[in-house]
Amino acid sequence: MTEIRISGFGGQGVIRMGYIIGKAASIYDNKFATLTQSFGPEARGSSCSAQVVVSEDQVLYPYITIPNILVAMSQEGYSRFESNLSEDGMLLIDEDLVKPNPPRGRIKIYSIPSARISEELGNKIIANIVMFGFFTVITGLITEEAARKAVANSVPQRLMDLNLKAFERGYKYGKEFLAKQEKSVNV
Amino acid sequence: MKANPKNVLTGAHYLDGDHACSEGALAAGCNFVAGYPITPSTEVVERMTERFPTIGGIFIQMEDELASMAAVVGAAWSGAKAMTVTSGPGFSLMMENIGLAAMMEAPCVIINVQRGGPSTGLPTLPGQADMMQVRWGSHGDYEIIALSPNSPQECFEFTIKAFNLSEKYRVPTFVMSDECVGHMTEKVIIPPADQIELEPRRYTTLSPAEYLPFKPEKDLVPQIIKAGDGYKIHITGLTHDEKGYPVMNWQTQEKLVRRLVDKIRLNQDKIVEFEEENTGDAEVILLSYGISSRVAIPAIQKARKEGIKVGVLRLIVVWPFPEKRIYQLAKKIKAFVVPEMNYGQIVLEVERSAKGQAEVYLVPHGGGWVHDPEDIYKAIKEAVR
Amino acid sequence: MSETQVIGKTPQKAEEHPMAKILRMDRIPHIWCSTCGIGTALTSFATALEKVNIPLDHICVVSGIGCSGRIAGYVKLDSFHSTHGRALPFATGLKLGNPKLKVVVISGDGDIAGIGGNHLIHSARRNMDLVVLCINNFVYAMTGGQTAATTPLTAITSTSPYGNYERPFNLPHLAASCGAVYVARWTCLHVRRLAKSIEEAINKKGFSFIEIIAPCSTIYARRNRLGDGLDLMKFYHDNAIIKHGADTRELDIGYQDKIIVGKFVDIERPTFLDSLNAWNKKVLGEKFREYGGPND
Repeated sequence: MTEIRISGFGGQGVIRMGYIIGKAASIYDNKFATLTQSFGPEARGSSCSAQVVVSEDQVLYPYITIPNILVAMSQEGYSRFESNLSEDGMLLIDEDLVKPNPPRGRIKIYSIPSARISEELGNKIIANIVMFGFFTVITGLITEEAARKAVANSVPQRLMDLNLKAFERGYKYGKEFLAKQEKSVNV
Repeated sequence: MKANPKNVLTGAHYLDGDHACSEGALAAGCNFVAGYPITPSTEVVERMTERFPTIGGIFIQMEDELASMAAVVGAAWSGAKAMTVTSGPGFSLMMENIGLAAMMEAPCVIINVQRGGPSTGLPTLPGQADMMQVRWGSHGDYEIIALSPNSPQECFEFTIKAFNLSEKYRVPTFVMSDECVGHMTEKVIIPPADQIELEPRRYTTLSPAEYLPFKPEKDLVPQIIKAGDGYKIHITGLTHDEKGYPVMNWQTQEKLVRRLVDKIRLNQDKIVEFEEENTGDAEVILLSYGISSRVAIPAIQKARKEGIKVGVLRLIVVWPFPEKRIYQLAKKIKAFVVPEMNYGQIVLEVERSAKGQAEVYLVPHGGGWVHDPEDIYKAIKEAVR
Repeated sequence: MSETQVIGKTPQKAEEHPMAKILRMDRIPHIWCSTCGIGTALTSFATALEKVNIPLDHICVVSGIGCSGRIAGYVKLDSFHSTHGRALPFATGLKLGNPKLKVVVISGDGDIAGIGGNHLIHSARRNMDLVVLCINNFVYAMTGGQTAATTPLTAITSTSPYGNYERPFNLPHLAASCGAVYVARWTCLHVRRLAKSIEEAINKKGFSFIEIIAPCSTIYARRNRLGDGLDLMKFYHDNAIIKHGADTRELDIGYQDKIIVGKFVDIERPTFLDSLNAWNKKVLGEKFREYGGPND
């Protein structure tokens, strides 16, 4: 069972990213995935978060307890939720928007300029999809095929190409990130 | 009768519980929804407003929940399959006209996505504290049917069940969801239309001269007509005879109210539905419903690992209450453990049904979150000590 | 009313009462006091029904609670006696459930403008295709004559024994300013004009509102020492002023003061359903599927 939290501010597509992760895992990878999200004034205002539990078996307890993965797309999202991340968890951040402290325990940090990449693609609303492409590679939680299908089936038709492009960029960045890391380990 | 394919979104979807309720309603043929926005139930009507225009159906946002419920009863009487959706304070406001629906025997469905109360309480967080209100909330004697889902998949399925039961027994039928289930997104499989069985409305075959709107059939449920068919009926919230005419005396009251109650009580074996697991040699039975029945499973698994014989009785239909089965089981076990997100509602019914034959332990939770499975586990341990 | 005698006298083969087509004769005698205006309003409604071009099978009556609310029980139409104040939303559901129906709400001032006031303003705002006959007798009569949202200033009621100090509603103005497309007021003296007005309202599409000023000699008039039924009719005769098209702002009713009657508003505006259908057709084009009723 893997517990994931995505955090950021309103308008970044935080909930949508959680939705796509859950959809990829449950509909296209045939696992079980339960998405919950923050509601109320905080969800409409500055910060918001989405939580996904992905499991090979039926998810019984719907909320996350100690997440294995934290995706932070804003400084506030990072500072609010970092302390709750598992000691051997993965921390995925937007490197321009989050300045992390030195990692706790065995936590590994994976960073991508997702907002900057999305701006290069001409639309900053797809930063979440760039991040999702990155997430797919880094976490290995969902298959590439499921991830692509989930993106294609979760965005409006007219924005599909743009979103798939965003996914590819994030995905590629992730591959390169891992290759670089491997290299540095080998050296 | 099968569902109409145009209404059914066959396939695998990633839906939250509220949207799954909407799809269940549409699959059941719902074509009228009156509602008033209230968290955390609004997503149900939002999806209806998106889907109705291409399917054929009417949504109206009423001025309040009193109006929503009254409109639902009116629409039911002109032949629509009508529904309303609400939560917390809105549910309280609907009570008077829920009584009207019961008295007029209008088939209709009410979805209550429960939140923490009393009063404004916790609009964005779950509760299960309307379980007695749904049964007894309107004044006077009447019966209702209520179901309680614990996943988006069940939100879909139970909404269809609710429509079917409301048609069959001509009684307001409730889907008692909660914020956790309503706002949780999971895979929902919607089957093809020809695999969805629907209960047709019990329209009369009698002529206007022969027809009496409140003359019961064998199962105590009368046949119905719809306004505009030329039957020129009179339907009132006053105590009425079989013709529908008001009659103010105890004899008519006795006959009518007794039937309104008995049409559910005497048919309860057909209506009651629960899941039972490992009750054969159980020492203790975990009895629950809705989201609490789901978060209890890890606790049950843990207790079983330690050799405790835990059975499960999980209510799908909460009202009418499965009192006979609970009494049978009570005679064989040591205790019932009842987790629910309130300070003791359904547990009272368990106590009543057990008639002192077994201990009954409540695992209360004030709402705002779901139970910690550990607390349920501790209660199971306590119950077998 | 005379039907009581007809039924009582010759049970085996009575000559048919002129209103037998519209009334449930098996429910007569009715519960209203002698000289009550509600029966007169009902007679005008029955007269109007004979003239409208809509089959009686398609006309429904919905009422709330109160003396006037009992009308639903006496009309031989599909008729619904709902909860206190909720006749309008019930009628809204009935109408939308089957748009082919013509739904007439007949109820009292307490029901429609007091407890149900919120529904009145919103039904008018939406231009819900309903006819509302609001029978105003200035008090909550069925419960014994308490102050209503329509009680004239200074009038005595059971809950204002020293006289009413609360400003009442001007109902035609309320309905008109909220968007009603047909607004009229008559007294129970103006039976033919009232019947004509009801006929117009039924034939009209949209939210029509007719206030019917009705005598309540048993409660309102007795407590205010205004005489018996005939005195009240004479009062209407002497004090009602017909003024079609009058500015609705000037239609307040003072205690034992002039009552301006007539047809004040008769305009066209798309109904709720017209708007719903037209807008969806415009936005969704071919994809839009209009709801046609329960047999759809």
